[in-house]
Amino acid sequence: MLTAEDKKLIQQMWGKLGGAEEEIGAEALTRMFCSYPPTKTYFPHFDLSPGSDQVRGHGKKVVAALSTAIKNIDNLSQALSELSNLHAYNLRVDPPRFSLQFLSQCLQVALATRLGKDYSPEVHSAVDKFMSAVASVLAEKYR
Amino acid sequence: MVHWSAEEKQLISGVWAKVNVEECGAEALARLLIVYPWTQRFFSDFGNLSSPTAIVGNPKVRAHGKKVLTSFGEAIKNLDNLKGTYSKLSELHCDKLHVDPENFRLLGDILVIVLASHLGRDFSPVCQAAWQKLVGVVAHALAHKYH
Repeated sequence: MLTAEDKKLIQQMWGKLGGAEEEIGAEALTRMFCSYPPTKTYFPHFDLSPGSDQVRGHGKKVVAALSTAIKNIDNLSQALSELSNLHAYNLRVDPPRFSLQFLSQCLQVALATRLGKDYSPEVHSAVDKFMSAVASVLAEKYR
Repeated sequence: MVHWSAEEKQLISGVWAKVNVEECGAEALARLLIVYPWTQRFFSDFGNLSSPTAIVGNPKVRAHGKKVLTSFGEAIKNLDNLKGTYSKLSELHCDKLHVDPENFRLLGDILVIVLASHLGRDFSPVCQAAWQKLVGVVAHALAHKYH
Protein backbone atom coordinates (compact mmCIF):
# COMPACT_ATOMS: atom_id res chain seq x y z
CA MET A 1 0.00 0.00 0.00
CA LEU A 2 1.23 3.47 -0.87
CA THR A 3 2.19 5.35 2.28
CA ALA A 4 2.12 9.13 2.65
CA GLU A 5 5.91 9.08 2.34
CA ASP A 6 5.73 7.04 -0.89
CA LYS A 7 3.30 9.54 -2.38
CA LYS A 8 5.55 12.45 -1.42
CA LEU A 9 8.61 10.76 -2.94
CA ILE A 10 6.77 10.07 -6.18
CA GLN A 11 5.48 13.61 -6.54
CA GLN A 12 8.92 15.01 -5.75
CA MET A 13 10.61 12.69 -8.23
CA TRP A 14 8.12 13.55 -10.98
CA GLY A 15 8.71 17.22 -10.27
CA LYS A 16 12.47 16.74 -10.79
CA LEU A 17 12.02 15.63 -14.38
CA GLY A 18 11.93 19.20 -15.66
CA GLY A 19 9.75 18.70 -18.71
CA ALA A 20 11.49 15.50 -19.83
CA GLU A 21 8.37 13.46 -19.12
CA GLU A 22 7.31 13.09 -22.75
CA GLU A 23 10.75 11.97 -23.80
CA ILE A 24 10.71 9.47 -20.96
CA GLY A 25 7.41 8.03 -22.18
CA ALA A 26 8.77 7.42 -25.68
CA GLU A 27 11.98 6.01 -24.26
CA ALA A 28 10.14 3.62 -21.93
CA LEU A 29 8.15 2.27 -24.88
CA THR A 30 11.25 1.95 -27.06
CA ARG A 31 13.03 0.06 -24.29
CA MET A 32 10.01 -2.18 -23.82
CA PHE A 33 9.80 -3.09 -27.52
CA CYS A 34 13.55 -3.77 -27.52
CA SER A 35 13.76 -5.90 -24.36
CA TYR A 36 10.37 -7.60 -24.65
CA PRO A 37 9.62 -8.13 -28.35
CA PRO A 38 6.24 -9.82 -27.71
CA THR A 39 4.93 -6.44 -26.53
CA LYS A 40 5.15 -5.29 -30.15
CA THR A 41 2.23 -7.57 -30.97
CA TYR A 42 -0.09 -4.90 -29.59
CA PHE A 43 1.16 -2.33 -32.11
CA PRO A 44 1.03 -3.94 -35.55
CA HIS A 45 -0.43 -0.68 -36.84
CA PHE A 46 2.52 1.39 -35.59
CA ASP A 47 5.81 2.30 -37.16
CA LEU A 48 8.14 1.05 -34.44
CA SER A 49 11.41 2.22 -36.00
CA PRO A 50 13.71 4.44 -33.89
CA GLY A 51 12.38 7.96 -33.50
CA SER A 52 8.95 7.02 -34.79
CA ASP A 53 6.37 9.79 -34.42
CA GLN A 54 3.77 7.24 -33.43
CA VAL A 55 5.92 5.94 -30.58
CA ARG A 56 6.62 9.50 -29.44
CA GLY A 57 2.93 10.31 -29.56
CA HIS A 58 1.95 7.21 -27.67
CA GLY A 59 4.70 7.71 -25.09
CA LYS A 60 3.33 11.20 -24.51
CA LYS A 61 -0.16 9.75 -23.91
CA VAL A 62 1.12 7.16 -21.47
CA VAL A 63 3.06 9.73 -19.49
CA ALA A 64 0.11 12.14 -19.42
CA ALA A 65 -2.00 9.35 -17.92
CA LEU A 66 0.68 8.66 -15.31
CA SER A 67 0.89 12.38 -14.52
CA THR A 68 -2.85 12.45 -13.95
CA ALA A 69 -2.56 9.38 -11.75
CA ILE A 70 0.21 11.02 -9.73
CA LYS A 71 -1.84 14.19 -9.27
CA ASN A 72 -4.76 12.04 -8.07
CA ILE A 73 -2.69 9.54 -6.20
CA ASP A 74 -5.23 9.32 -3.39
CA ASN A 75 -7.92 8.09 -5.74
CA LEU A 76 -6.33 6.07 -8.50
CA SER A 77 -9.46 4.02 -9.14
CA GLN A 78 -11.45 7.05 -10.13
CA ALA A 79 -8.65 8.88 -11.93
CA LEU A 80 -7.91 5.86 -14.13
CA SER A 81 -11.49 4.62 -14.48
CA GLU A 82 -11.80 5.37 -18.20
CA LEU A 83 -8.40 3.88 -18.96
CA SER A 84 -9.42 0.86 -16.98
CA ASN A 85 -12.48 0.42 -19.22
CA LEU A 86 -10.37 0.95 -22.33
CA HIS A 87 -7.81 -1.69 -21.34
CA ALA A 88 -10.43 -4.22 -20.28
CA TYR A 89 -12.92 -3.92 -23.12
CA ASN A 90 -11.11 -2.48 -26.12
CA LEU A 91 -7.39 -2.98 -25.88
CA ARG A 92 -7.51 -6.23 -23.94
CA VAL A 93 -3.78 -6.12 -23.36
CA ASP A 94 -2.61 -9.36 -21.78
CA PRO A 95 -3.48 -9.32 -18.06
CA PRO A 96 -1.64 -6.33 -16.71
CA ARG A 97 0.41 -8.35 -14.34
CA PHE A 98 2.47 -9.41 -17.35
CA SER A 99 2.66 -6.56 -19.84
CA LEU A 100 2.44 -3.65 -17.45
CA GLN A 101 5.22 -5.21 -15.45
CA PHE A 102 7.43 -4.85 -18.53
CA LEU A 103 6.39 -1.23 -19.01
CA SER A 104 7.04 -0.57 -15.31
CA GLN A 105 10.54 -2.06 -15.57
CA CYS A 106 11.36 0.01 -18.66
CA LEU A 107 9.92 3.20 -17.23
CA GLN A 108 12.02 2.71 -14.11
CA VAL A 109 15.14 2.11 -16.20
CA ALA A 110 14.41 5.33 -18.13
CA LEU A 111 13.96 7.22 -14.85
CA ALA A 112 17.09 5.66 -13.33
CA THR A 113 19.28 6.62 -16.30
CA ARG A 114 18.23 10.23 -15.83
CA LEU A 115 18.10 10.47 -12.06
CA GLY A 116 21.18 8.38 -11.22
CA LYS A 117 21.70 8.35 -7.45
CA ASP A 118 18.47 10.34 -7.01
CA TYR A 119 16.67 7.14 -8.02
CA SER A 120 17.32 6.03 -4.46
CA PRO A 121 16.12 2.71 -2.99
CA GLU A 122 13.24 4.59 -1.32
CA VAL A 123 12.14 6.26 -4.57
CA HIS A 124 12.59 2.96 -6.45
CA SER A 125 10.36 1.22 -3.91
CA ALA A 126 7.68 3.94 -4.09
CA VAL A 127 7.59 3.95 -7.90
CA ASP A 128 7.46 0.15 -8.05
CA LYS A 129 4.52 0.14 -5.65
CA PHE A 130 2.82 2.94 -7.60
CA MET A 131 3.14 1.13 -10.94
CA SER A 132 1.77 -2.02 -9.26
CA ALA A 133 -1.20 -0.01 -8.03
CA VAL A 134 -1.78 1.46 -11.51
CA ALA A 135 -1.64 -2.04 -13.01
CA SER A 136 -4.18 -3.28 -10.46
CA VAL A 137 -6.59 -0.48 -11.26
CA LEU A 138 -6.24 -1.07 -15.00
CA ALA A 139 -6.98 -4.76 -14.42
CA GLU A 140 -10.05 -4.19 -12.24
CA LYS A 141 -12.61 -4.66 -14.99
CA TYR A 142 -10.99 -7.49 -16.89
CA ARG A 143 -13.39 -10.06 -15.55
CA MET B 1 21.19 -23.73 -25.40
CA VAL B 2 20.88 -19.96 -25.50
CA HIS B 3 22.31 -18.18 -28.51
CA TRP B 4 24.25 -14.96 -27.95
CA SER B 5 25.06 -12.70 -30.88
CA ALA B 6 28.45 -11.04 -31.05
CA GLU B 7 26.72 -7.73 -30.40
CA GLU B 8 25.00 -9.03 -27.27
CA LYS B 9 28.26 -10.42 -25.91
CA GLN B 10 29.94 -7.08 -26.51
CA LEU B 11 27.12 -5.12 -24.87
CA ILE B 12 27.28 -7.40 -21.84
CA SER B 13 31.05 -7.30 -21.39
CA GLY B 14 31.17 -3.58 -22.18
CA VAL B 15 28.84 -2.85 -19.28
CA TRP B 16 30.53 -5.39 -17.01
CA ALA B 17 33.88 -3.66 -17.46
CA LYS B 18 32.37 -0.55 -15.90
CA VAL B 19 30.77 -2.34 -12.94
CA ASN B 20 32.14 -2.08 -9.42
CA VAL B 21 31.09 -5.56 -8.34
CA GLU B 22 31.17 -4.83 -4.62
CA GLU B 23 29.14 -1.59 -4.88
CA CYS B 24 26.59 -2.78 -7.41
CA GLY B 25 26.16 -6.15 -5.76
CA ALA B 26 25.57 -4.56 -2.36
CA GLU B 27 23.16 -2.06 -3.85
CA ALA B 28 21.18 -4.65 -5.82
CA LEU B 29 20.70 -6.93 -2.83
CA ALA B 30 19.81 -4.00 -0.54
CA ARG B 31 17.19 -2.83 -3.03
CA LEU B 32 15.72 -6.34 -3.24
CA LEU B 33 15.22 -6.33 0.53
CA ILE B 34 13.81 -2.79 0.45
CA VAL B 35 11.56 -2.89 -2.62
CA TYR B 36 10.31 -6.45 -1.95
CA PRO B 37 10.45 -6.67 1.85
CA TRP B 38 9.14 -10.24 1.97
CA THR B 39 12.49 -11.36 0.58
CA GLN B 40 13.92 -10.59 4.00
CA ARG B 41 12.56 -13.99 5.01
CA PHE B 42 15.70 -15.55 3.57
CA PHE B 43 18.02 -13.38 5.62
CA SER B 44 16.73 -13.62 9.16
CA ASP B 45 20.24 -14.03 10.53
CA PHE B 46 21.56 -10.90 8.87
CA GLY B 47 20.88 -8.64 11.83
CA ASN B 48 19.33 -5.20 11.49
CA LEU B 49 17.04 -4.94 8.45
CA SER B 50 14.57 -2.60 10.08
CA SER B 51 14.78 0.33 7.63
CA PRO B 52 16.21 1.20 4.21
CA THR B 53 19.11 2.96 5.93
CA ALA B 54 19.79 -0.08 8.14
CA ILE B 55 19.64 -2.41 5.14
CA VAL B 56 21.95 -0.29 2.97
CA GLY B 57 24.49 -0.05 5.80
CA ASN B 58 24.27 -3.68 6.89
CA PRO B 59 27.69 -5.34 6.41
CA LYS B 60 26.20 -8.81 5.86
CA VAL B 61 23.98 -7.45 3.11
CA ARG B 62 26.96 -5.79 1.46
CA ALA B 63 29.08 -8.93 1.70
CA HIS B 64 26.37 -11.18 0.35
CA GLY B 65 25.53 -8.75 -2.43
CA LYS B 66 29.16 -8.84 -3.50
CA LYS B 67 29.10 -12.67 -3.49
CA VAL B 68 25.98 -12.77 -5.64
CA LEU B 69 27.28 -10.33 -8.22
CA THR B 70 30.69 -12.00 -8.31
CA SER B 71 28.91 -15.17 -9.40
CA PHE B 72 27.37 -13.14 -12.23
CA GLY B 73 30.91 -12.49 -13.37
CA GLU B 74 31.37 -16.24 -13.70
CA ALA B 75 28.21 -16.41 -15.78
CA ILE B 76 29.52 -13.76 -18.14
CA LYS B 77 32.70 -15.77 -18.67
CA ASN B 78 30.60 -18.86 -19.42
CA LEU B 79 27.70 -17.57 -21.46
CA ASP B 80 27.64 -20.76 -23.49
CA ASN B 81 27.20 -23.00 -20.49
CA LEU B 82 25.07 -21.24 -17.92
CA LYS B 83 23.18 -24.35 -16.82
CA GLY B 84 26.48 -26.08 -16.07
CA THR B 85 27.93 -23.03 -14.36
CA TYR B 86 24.93 -22.69 -12.05
CA SER B 87 24.21 -26.38 -11.48
CA LYS B 88 25.55 -26.58 -7.93
CA LEU B 89 24.13 -23.17 -6.96
CA SER B 90 20.76 -24.26 -8.31
CA GLU B 91 20.77 -27.34 -6.11
CA LEU B 92 21.82 -25.22 -3.14
CA HIS B 93 19.02 -22.68 -3.64
CA CYS B 94 16.46 -25.48 -3.91
CA ASP B 95 17.59 -28.05 -1.36
CA LYS B 96 19.20 -25.95 1.35
CA LEU B 97 18.00 -22.37 0.94
CA HIS B 98 14.43 -23.10 -0.26
CA VAL B 99 14.26 -19.94 -2.36
CA ASP B 100 11.31 -19.53 -4.75
CA PRO B 101 12.88 -18.96 -8.20
CA GLU B 102 10.58 -15.98 -8.73
CA ASN B 103 13.02 -14.11 -6.50
CA PHE B 104 15.82 -14.57 -9.06
CA ARG B 105 13.69 -12.71 -11.58
CA LEU B 106 13.06 -9.90 -9.10
CA LEU B 107 16.76 -9.55 -8.31
CA GLY B 108 17.63 -9.60 -12.02
CA ASP B 109 15.26 -6.72 -12.76
CA ILE B 110 16.63 -4.77 -9.83
CA LEU B 111 20.19 -5.31 -11.05
CA VAL B 112 19.20 -3.84 -14.42
CA ILE B 113 17.81 -0.74 -12.68
CA VAL B 114 21.01 -0.39 -10.60
CA LEU B 115 23.09 -0.56 -13.78
CA ALA B 116 20.85 2.06 -15.38
CA SER B 117 21.29 4.45 -12.45
CA HIS B 118 25.08 4.06 -12.58
CA LEU B 119 25.56 4.20 -16.35
CA GLY B 120 22.97 6.82 -17.30
CA ARG B 121 22.46 7.36 -21.05
CA ASP B 122 25.19 4.80 -21.83
CA PHE B 123 22.70 2.14 -20.74
CA SER B 124 20.97 2.25 -24.10
CA PRO B 125 17.84 0.27 -25.03
CA VAL B 126 19.92 -2.40 -26.79
CA CYS B 127 22.21 -2.57 -23.76
CA GLN B 128 19.20 -3.06 -21.52
CA ALA B 129 17.81 -5.73 -23.85
CA ALA B 130 21.05 -7.76 -23.69
CA TRP B 131 21.10 -7.51 -19.90
CA GLN B 132 17.39 -8.35 -19.49
CA LYS B 133 18.13 -11.44 -21.56
CA LEU B 134 21.15 -12.27 -19.39
CA VAL B 135 19.34 -11.91 -16.07
CA GLY B 136 16.47 -13.97 -17.44
CA VAL B 137 18.78 -16.74 -18.56
CA VAL B 138 20.69 -16.70 -15.25
CA ALA B 139 17.39 -16.93 -13.35
CA HIS B 140 16.38 -19.86 -15.54
CA ALA B 141 19.72 -21.63 -14.97
CA LEU B 142 19.40 -21.15 -11.21
CA ALA B 143 15.94 -22.69 -11.29
CA HIS B 144 16.98 -25.55 -13.53
CA LYS B 145 17.85 -28.09 -10.84
CA TYR B 146 14.72 -27.52 -8.79
CA HIS B 147 12.64 -30.56 -8.06
